[in-house]
Amino acid sequence: MSNLTVPAPSAEKKESKIGAIWRAISVPVLAVVTGLIVGAIVILVSGENPISAYGALFTGSFGSPAAYVEGFSIWFSSGQTGALVRAFYPLTESLVIATPYIFAGLAVAVGFRCGLFNIGAEGQFFIGALCSAFVGYSLRGLPMIVHLPLAILAGALGGALWGAIPGYLKAKFGAHEVVNTIMMNWIAFRLSDWLLKGPMKASGFRPVTPNIAASAELPRFFPDPIRFNLGFFLALLAAYLLYWFLFKTTLGFEIRSVGANPDAAKYAGMNIIRNFVLVMVISGALAGLAGAAQVLGVDHWVGQGFSAGYGFDAIALALLGHSHPAGVVLAALLFGFLRGGATNMQSIARIPIDIISIIQGMVIIFIAAPAIIRGLYRLRGAKDDDEAVLTRGWGK
Amino acid sequence: MNHAISETNSAAKKKNRFSYGIVLIAVGLFIYLAFGLNTEAGLDAVFGLNLAGSNAALIPDLTVPALPVVYLMTLVAVFVGAYQMARGSRSTGWLVGVIAVTFIVAFLMWAAQGKSFNLTGMLSSSLVRATPIALAALCGVISERSAVINIGLEGIMLIAAQVAVLVATITKSLYLGLFAALFVGGLVAAAHAYLVIRYKVDQIVSGVAVNIFGAGMTAFVSSRFMQSSGAALNNSGTFPIISIPLLSKIPILGPVFFENNLIIYLTIILVVVMHVVLYRTPWGLRTRAVGEHPKAADTLGINVYFTRYVNVIAGGVIAGLGGAYFTLGSVGRFDEAMTAGKGFIGLAAMIFGNWNPVGAYMSSLIFGFADSLQVKLQILRIPIPSEFLLMAPYIVTMIILTGVVGRAIPPAADGQPYEK
Repeated sequence: MSNLTVPAPSAEKKESKIGAIWRAISVPVLAVVTGLIVGAIVILVSGENPISAYGALFTGSFGSPAAYVEGFSIWFSSGQTGALVRAFYPLTESLVIATPYIFAGLAVAVGFRCGLFNIGAEGQFFIGALCSAFVGYSLRGLPMIVHLPLAILAGALGGALWGAIPGYLKAKFGAHEVVNTIMMNWIAFRLSDWLLKGPMKASGFRPVTPNIAASAELPRFFPDPIRFNLGFFLALLAAYLLYWFLFKTTLGFEIRSVGANPDAAKYAGMNIIRNFVLVMVISGALAGLAGAAQVLGVDHWVGQGFSAGYGFDAIALALLGHSHPAGVVLAALLFGFLRGGATNMQSIARIPIDIISIIQGMVIIFIAAPAIIRGLYRLRGAKDDDEAVLTRGWGK
Repeated sequence: MNHAISETNSAAKKKNRFSYGIVLIAVGLFIYLAFGLNTEAGLDAVFGLNLAGSNAALIPDLTVPALPVVYLMTLVAVFVGAYQMARGSRSTGWLVGVIAVTFIVAFLMWAAQGKSFNLTGMLSSSLVRATPIALAALCGVISERSAVINIGLEGIMLIAAQVAVLVATITKSLYLGLFAALFVGGLVAAAHAYLVIRYKVDQIVSGVAVNIFGAGMTAFVSSRFMQSSGAALNNSGTFPIISIPLLSKIPILGPVFFENNLIIYLTIILVVVMHVVLYRTPWGLRTRAVGEHPKAADTLGINVYFTRYVNVIAGGVIAGLGGAYFTLGSVGRFDEAMTAGKGFIGLAAMIFGNWNPVGAYMSSLIFGFADSLQVKLQILRIPIPSEFLLMAPYIVTMIILTGVVGRAIPPAADGQPYEK
């Protein structure tokens, strides 16, 4: 079985570097463009103007040029930063939204590399966030240098545990990880309902955790409305470490081999069971870190429905990024800008934010069926890339 | 070669037999420890057997002494477990049944000690709550028997639910709404089938895309059009309850099975029809052949692609019926994300039911029972948070998937694209 995430060696070895890069990114780029076109059609059919809607999307995600000009001119003339901060707010907010996406996308991508489909990023995200929040609010009086790493570690461990269970069940019993990770999602939702109503509830009416201590917050770099924080750089670091791990270490090679062909890997003496569990632990830990980054860097507390949608978005990210850490980072930035701008689009152009999900669904289909994109745009491409096999049914 | 296989088989069977016995004894001990020790002696549990508003003949309530029944259940589980370890049985279905029945009966005794509990009401609501799960499961069964996984049935149900209520409200006809739901369900499934058969898109990826698209599209339409217009677009009414003459007069069975709405009856009929089609007709044989060994089926002149298209689209129509249940069969209006994971639970029910229609329906009933039990237990105020009861079906599913209790065997070619 060939695998989408491990492209077959190309027959054309002599092609130029630019050609190779274009071949790698043409399908994702065109898939996103086509997704946006489909979104525009939906907007048009619903009776709004897609150009003004996407205009609002753009200024909502990058900020408006006029605001930048005004902000800088006020800063130069009077030294006041208020307008400048407001001008930069949309751009930084998009990066803030992209942060958990990077972690969560990496989580699903590492699973794909080993032939595992982790649909449970959502539950792992939630559990990670709850663990981080617990360490964040229950420990008081610790210095930041101790408290913050502890809170981050708690999130990673919580997610890792939530991922390890389906990983172990897959390795030991051949129980399919898709169903089990979905089940773990629902267990996580119910568990969090209970925790937020009972043991972890802050005083007051709402089912939310108490605010975390200041010593557990990821530091922010700019004046107040801007929530951009250290989490973004941690996410980039995680992406680099994952790249190094997957492509520069023996263990990473084993994981990719198991993903490409488990039978061959087995005959080469690789331990399939250990790799499955290991990958689900890493995947869960990354998803947990996504939750940790969100709670420690942005919200500072956890409420019901905290993880809504991250798990499915993460799948789209991993597919879009071709399960490569660098690709996932780019895809997460794209989603960050889309989601960041969608709020503005909703308030200005009255387009419901859910249009983004429609676009995402289309993008996933186009990525998974590159033949459609190649057909639409008359692209030439390797035939073997088209037959993508990622998952292996319900059994072993 | 054959000899070796049969030997390992019988060894595996022996081990299986043994582990079943141990599980049963463990269940018996658990019943004793959890319920036996916590049930007060001398208290009665009263089970109401009449449903208010039903036209069944009235019968007296059932009053049973709680503690002795718990002890009886402990004994039954331990005894059957011991017998299983000693002699053993081939069929695993009834062992799972013994586990479920002893556990649930003991649990009810403990929960209802010294209180009154409407049993018929709960059974009736179990059947109702099982219906969308069962329809999702049946959709899964028929697609996967031809080896196409359709994990997108959650999205299909959402879209169908919305289309049903829109069409029914605008045309003021519930039947047109229902047909629209069936049509749209088939249409989305056809798109899924086209992607996975023609383009060989990974079936789970395509299903996930259908789910994301379905959730996004329905939420988009809902907040763009339905919320602002209010009743004008989102008020279809529901299918009325049809009482079947004579049969609905039977106590207990009447209110549970013979006083339901159209979609619930259709579901039960569908289970029977699908069983007959899958196991008693040439089409069913072809479908199963395509699911088990497409190459062999192809060699025999069965059109693998055509069979798969038809089955997946039929599955989509069934999921469309499931979607219609959420709106036309239940509340008469559409809310965002109203399927709430029922599609995925349906897939679990399909696996639990070993990919056959009757099994899938039975497992859906168990999930429906757990769901309605959880609601009732909140009323009884038992000291277990309802969230933990809600987790039970998911945990049970995971246990089932391990294969320790009842191994589920998918169609051999399930999830694999077919290359001629």
